[in-house]
Amino acid sequence: MAKRSAPEVNAGSMADIAFLLLIFFLVTTTIPKDSGINRKLPPIEENDEDVIIKQKNIFTVLINGKDQLLVEDELMELEDLRAAAIEFLDNGGDGSCDYCNGKKDAASSDNPDKAIISLKNERETSYKTYISVQNELVAAYNELRNRRALLIGARKGFPEMDFVKMEKNFKDAKFIGNKDKLKEVIDQIRNEYPEKLSEVYTK
Amino acid sequence: MSKFKNKKDDALPAVNTASLPDIVFMLLFFFMVVTVMREDTLLIENKLPLADQVEKLEKKYPISYIYAGKPTQAFEDRYGKEARLQLNDKFAEISEIESFINSERLSIREELRDFLTVSLKVDSEANMGIVSDIKQELREVNALKINYATGSGSALDN
Repeated sequence: MAKRSAPEVNAGSMADIAFLLLIFFLVTTTIPKDSGINRKLPPIEENDEDVIIKQKNIFTVLINGKDQLLVEDELMELEDLRAAAIEFLDNGGDGSCDYCNGKKDAASSDNPDKAIISLKNERETSYKTYISVQNELVAAYNELRNRRALLIGARKGFPEMDFVKMEKNFKDAKFIGNKDKLKEVIDQIRNEYPEKLSEVYTK
Repeated sequence: MSKFKNKKDDALPAVNTASLPDIVFMLLFFFMVVTVMREDTLLIENKLPLADQVEKLEKKYPISYIYAGKPTQAFEDRYGKEARLQLNDKFAEISEIESFINSERLSIREELRDFLTVSLKVDSEANMGIVSDIKQELREVNALKINYATGSGSALDN
């Protein structure tokens, strides 16, 4: 018997099959973009003792049902909120904060550790306004921390790195550098500008 | 001279398509790898608000999603135009959050339970009433780590 070579498989339709699969995956693909503003809710505590906080250390932000912003009982535009929050946080009224660049106004907050931003909203407030305000307040903290990070970082061996970048590097497994030292710097900045944002829960 | 004359006719030669399957396969594999199948079918409108001070949600910790927004047109007749809550694949009441979180907790490994983050995917047109209710309910079940899911962009454009 003559030896017959196996007939070649026709691969002409391979492209069609691959195209079919490709189109299926193209259609079903959603590239995930999970990002957002992280927040921690306060736990429900049984004993609600009233802690007495000086009025000048509280920065009240109220968003009413018409999405208007009432900051320290005055109407304000969203664009100005960030600057106002920074001015309040960085005030350093009692002089104990040697890294603050504020006006040291005695009628405003004592130091960043005591300064509290209180956010209140109504049920009719729209979610997008609420998020914008949250975003601006986070931005105020980030801006202060970034400024501090550029100063300290340069001294501690992390030049040209702002706070957001430091945190990102700290989480990044590929970061080359001393992570323990970086953590120290991050913790120091976090202590100097603690994020004290309290939300009023209306029942 | 005519001996060396080009015998071919003047028509364009066909493009060689032998490598076409390879190219397509390459694309196919790319999309296969990046594909994440949609976990929930959305019954509500879900246009996220914009923010620029965002942090990435870390995938190594468990995440549960709570959706809220106005029902889509197909469900408008039955559920009205007010913002509603969606858990998994169906509309839910605020009171059902408790059992939802508890079942989510049961489905993840014990050592990771404390790290459960709840991602709130709320439509930008919704109002804070429903969000406050969700937050209050989450506090009661002690799911305190939350994340307001946002798109990226300037918050001033909202």
